Amino acid sequence: MIKKLSRCIGEYKKDSIITPIWITLEIVMEVIIPMVMAKLIDLGVDAGSMSAIWKYGLILLVCAGFSLFFGVMAARSAAVASAGFAKNLRREIFHNVQTFSFSNIDKYSTGGIITRLTTDVTNVQNAFMMIIRVAVRSPLMLIFSIIMAWSINARITMVFLAMVPFLGVAFFLIMRGAFPIFERIFKTYDKLNNVVRENVRGIRVVKSYVREDHESEKFKGVSQTIFKDFSKAEKIIAFNGPVMQIAIYTCMIGASWLGAKLIVGGSMTTGELVGIITYAMQILMSLMILSLVFVMIIISKASAERVCEIIDEKADITNGKDPVFEVKDGSICFKNASFSYSKNAEKLCLKMVNLEIPSGSTVGVIGGTGSSKTSLVQLIPRLYDVTEGEVMVGGINVKDYDITTLRDSVAMVLQKNLLFSGTIKENLRWGNKDATEEQMVRACQQAQAEEFIEKFPEKYDTYIEQGGSNVSGGQRQRLCIARALIKQPKILILDDSTSAVDTATDCKIRAAFKNEIPDTTKIIIAQRISSVQEADMIIVLDDGEINGVGTHDELMASNQIYREACLSQQKGGDFDE
Amino acid sequence: MSNERENSRAVGPGHGGAPKRGVKIKGAGAKDAKKTIKRMMAYLKPHWFKMAAVCIFILLATAGSVASSMFMSVLVDDYIVPLTKMANPVFTGLFKVLCIMACIYAVAALSTLFYNRIMVVIAQKVLKDIRDEMFEGMQRLPLRYFDTNSFGDVMSRYTNDTDTLRQMMAQTLPQLFSSAITIAAVLAAMIYYSIPLTLVVLLMTFVMLKVTGKVGGMAGKYFVEQQKSLGGLNGYIEEMVSGQKVVQVFCREDETKEGFDGLNEELCESATNANRIANSLMPIMANLGNIMYVIVAIVGGFLAISGWGGGLTLGGIAAFLQLTKSFSMPITQVSQQVNSVVMALAGAERVFELMDAEPEDYEGSVSLVDAKYVDGKLTEADGRTEWWAWKEVCEDGSIRYTDLMGDVRFKNVVFGYNEDKTVLHDINLYAKPGQKVAFVGATGAGKTTITNLINRFYEITEGSIIYDGIDIKKMKKGDLRRSLGMVLQETNLFTATVRENIRYGRLSATDEEVEEAAKLANAHDFIMRLPEGYDTLLEGDGANLSQGQRQLLSIARAAVNDPPVMILDEATSSIDTRTEAIVQQGMDKLMQGRTVFVIAHRLSTVMNANVIMVMDAGRIIERGTHEELMELKGRYYQLYTGGSISELDMQ
Repeated sequence: MIKKLSRCIGEYKKDSIITPIWITLEIVMEVIIPMVMAKLIDLGVDAGSMSAIWKYGLILLVCAGFSLFFGVMAARSAAVASAGFAKNLRREIFHNVQTFSFSNIDKYSTGGIITRLTTDVTNVQNAFMMIIRVAVRSPLMLIFSIIMAWSINARITMVFLAMVPFLGVAFFLIMRGAFPIFERIFKTYDKLNNVVRENVRGIRVVKSYVREDHESEKFKGVSQTIFKDFSKAEKIIAFNGPVMQIAIYTCMIGASWLGAKLIVGGSMTTGELVGIITYAMQILMSLMILSLVFVMIIISKASAERVCEIIDEKADITNGKDPVFEVKDGSICFKNASFSYSKNAEKLCLKMVNLEIPSGSTVGVIGGTGSSKTSLVQLIPRLYDVTEGEVMVGGINVKDYDITTLRDSVAMVLQKNLLFSGTIKENLRWGNKDATEEQMVRACQQAQAEEFIEKFPEKYDTYIEQGGSNVSGGQRQRLCIARALIKQPKILILDDSTSAVDTATDCKIRAAFKNEIPDTTKIIIAQRISSVQEADMIIVLDDGEINGVGTHDELMASNQIYREACLSQQKGGDFDE
Repeated sequence: MSNERENSRAVGPGHGGAPKRGVKIKGAGAKDAKKTIKRMMAYLKPHWFKMAAVCIFILLATAGSVASSMFMSVLVDDYIVPLTKMANPVFTGLFKVLCIMACIYAVAALSTLFYNRIMVVIAQKVLKDIRDEMFEGMQRLPLRYFDTNSFGDVMSRYTNDTDTLRQMMAQTLPQLFSSAITIAAVLAAMIYYSIPLTLVVLLMTFVMLKVTGKVGGMAGKYFVEQQKSLGGLNGYIEEMVSGQKVVQVFCREDETKEGFDGLNEELCESATNANRIANSLMPIMANLGNIMYVIVAIVGGFLAISGWGGGLTLGGIAAFLQLTKSFSMPITQVSQQVNSVVMALAGAERVFELMDAEPEDYEGSVSLVDAKYVDGKLTEADGRTEWWAWKEVCEDGSIRYTDLMGDVRFKNVVFGYNEDKTVLHDINLYAKPGQKVAFVGATGAGKTTITNLINRFYEITEGSIIYDGIDIKKMKKGDLRRSLGMVLQETNLFTATVRENIRYGRLSATDEEVEEAAKLANAHDFIMRLPEGYDTLLEGDGANLSQGQRQLLSIARAAVNDPPVMILDEATSSIDTRTEAIVQQGMDKLMQGRTVFVIAHRLSTVMNANVIMVMDAGRIIERGTHEELMELKGRYYQLYTGGSISELDMQ
């Protein structure tokens, strides 16, 4: 894990290494400063020597200047290194996500990927900064301070060191008590988020059933758990400070007692006593900070693991050896194709599908909810790989194509279609980066999107909000179709893509397909019989199996499912917008 | 110490939260800040007793630490130096004073423990209160609020923003208080030793504060920049990862990466700047403290040796120098807390903003009550009677009961989501009890909008909607909505079992009633096929169900509510025809004896309707039964026959 993460340090290696060096230098200064201060008091103030005061004062100023310089340099390089590290880490994740297949994405879920890219990266970044700054600083401080204290007086230093195991045990107990609670709190926070999320998303349901109070109760339950757990954990953490104080105060009293005896005995000066107490503080402080760093690293470990997991995730759909870079035509062939979403599922979504679709034909796919219509068509652009059997496009197995080549030739309008923030033009150019104005207009005409675009004041430069929320469902669908058409694909797949378009417009879109892109194979998944009625071939799917294939008339005669569906919709007249 | 802030940030709950987006750290005016602080203090008020205890404990703890910093000079001057002068030093005096100090320290340590423990509980309690209040308030916000505020934005108020408050209350507040006391105590001691030296210290402190202000301001500026680019990047991530499948279908991976890299680079730069400055604050402050030490030593030495110091002894200078260190420490701490205060204020402002958003007005003079007939007269009943009445309290105090029948009339209704754009023009319609009204028309014609007006999701601009002879504006909103069943365009389920999700329609429904409702909606069969039947836990908005199944559940949910009026908005649009036929039977049963408003897609639905409203551009352009409208050969006819009409989809 550490190896993988440290790879992301990349070009910031220099800064990452130099930070501890600056910090070391800064610490050297910080260690020297109390010593100089002791001398200032002993030789200057106590001895009443103004020249000594000047001398040590100046030395002190120089030290302070160096300390400041090193400190600022360390701050700078630590900032550069950690921000750069986070940048690389994010890039690594994001770029890897771009190689993911649909099944990879399903595995992590959109929310999961987003959390990893944001919160988790931030946690790891903070830990990284801690490591290069504090994890170096505290042990060094500890060692230097012990050496310095030892050089002043070994016996007193022994008292300080006696505190170390006490602090160690105390911090360990505190952490052991608090840590599991914190872990639990994180989970409860997820729950809190979930309640708020569902509430905001479903606010219409909440309001129409007048469940405001019910929701508040639910929320209060979760927030009460957080309150209880958090208080519990923080109450344990609250021991940190007093434990630290006890250690410091014990040191001071011990040092005072021993120191007084030594001073009276003449083997130590008062300045040295002050100095040694300063070192005692530094020793204990570094210990405490060290323990905090330790906690932070543990906390960020979970994040680091989640991040690594996603960096390691191998895309399960990749180019084969010697991929083919040309798709001959739009013919499609399924040979004994079976498919399931998870590798070891007992239930197959598609069972032994055999199909032969000639290039340029129009194919309708009809079937009930959960009959795997979408699963079937997603195999064509190789969004998923078949579990068994094979899928061929243009006579070649889809696995043998270069993926980009294949997907450029197979345009698919997804059921959950999305537009991105940007102008209509920018969205259309997703289909083809270099699309000309005419091409765009043409595609929009075919998709029956032109008329409403022309009504927008800014026409093709109209800005689409994230997710396309400022256009209606029907408009969004038509823009998505236009975007797919711009690819000039050999195969065009519409997965229930005109459900929000009214029947008449739907009809016009189909007419445009027929007349203007006759050579493109068109596959249309629809709920409405009228959308597929005129297709050259209609596939009726039932529970992952092909129940019937044929033209409208043939199916009316032979297929019961089709006939039932047709009768219930009668004449194809329905009133989808 | 320098890392305390970073630590606490990591321990905090940023964990599962939404990305921090658009956190505005406005240079809030001093007046606003004051108001915000005052309001936050109000939350502490109920805990005043505990707060008082906290103050006392902080006082004791601080006294301990001040005593310890003064103790050194006392130890040296009053005990060690005299001892060195004795021929036979007796250490009992020293022992005694050390014992006293040990007691003081013990009290201080215990006090620290006490105030920490009390304070964290208070802080958590206040946070809980704030969260609860925020959520409760949010429940009462009009839909308009949710239309205009993004989910991520609302979310971050519960997590990131409240968390800044936690830090502020549990850490910053006690720290500031204790620092203030320390500063005051040390200052008093300093004045006692030497006024001129104190002036030197104050001058240096002034410089230190100036520098902090300057550095803090710079850090703040970069910090805002960092938050802005973080928001931008997170927004991009959210959009692209959500659309990842589309990205793949269009082979846009490279462009997406490019866009990401640009924003990522931007964030890296601003984060570097912000952290650089923030990290520098500590060494700057510490070394200014060192410089102060030197200056005090030189000036003090000069004063003592020249004798101008007014009785300043050499021992006094040593003691003063010790004080100087004790003085610069809390100043450094305070300066470190500045950032956290600024952030907390920004967070608090956002939290209060949500709380202060104008809620819906739920009140009304008409409420819904269980009713019964006594001697042919309608009166209020105590228990559930399956019969309801509207109880109207008239202005003169008299009470009038009206049967809940489900008679709905629109009179010259005009509506727009905002003032400058009217969406519905002069709508007139009526539905008598048990009648079925179907709306058909193109997208954006205003069908959904009409249904949103009946339950007062939005308030009409002009005209009136009369329900059982009563203007709905007079009705208590909760009661009005209770009397209406809704199956909405987008199904929303909750993380709970199937049974609980259906019971959402009526919390008092028994298990049998839930199952009955499921059977009515034809959801029973598929529920029984789920691994644990009705006790199957649904998660992530029912992600483990198909769209159709989710809709069946939402229909069952409406069925269990059993209201006299139903509003069905495209409820069956993505259930396939076979399933839909089954649903339709159930729906027909459900619709019996009820007034129904349905946004229709299916012929069977329209055919059964008592009246069909054909909508276009916010107006009802045709109305009548299926036969009448076919006869008319107007827009309905065109829709029905699928004939092409160019203006059909006009907005």
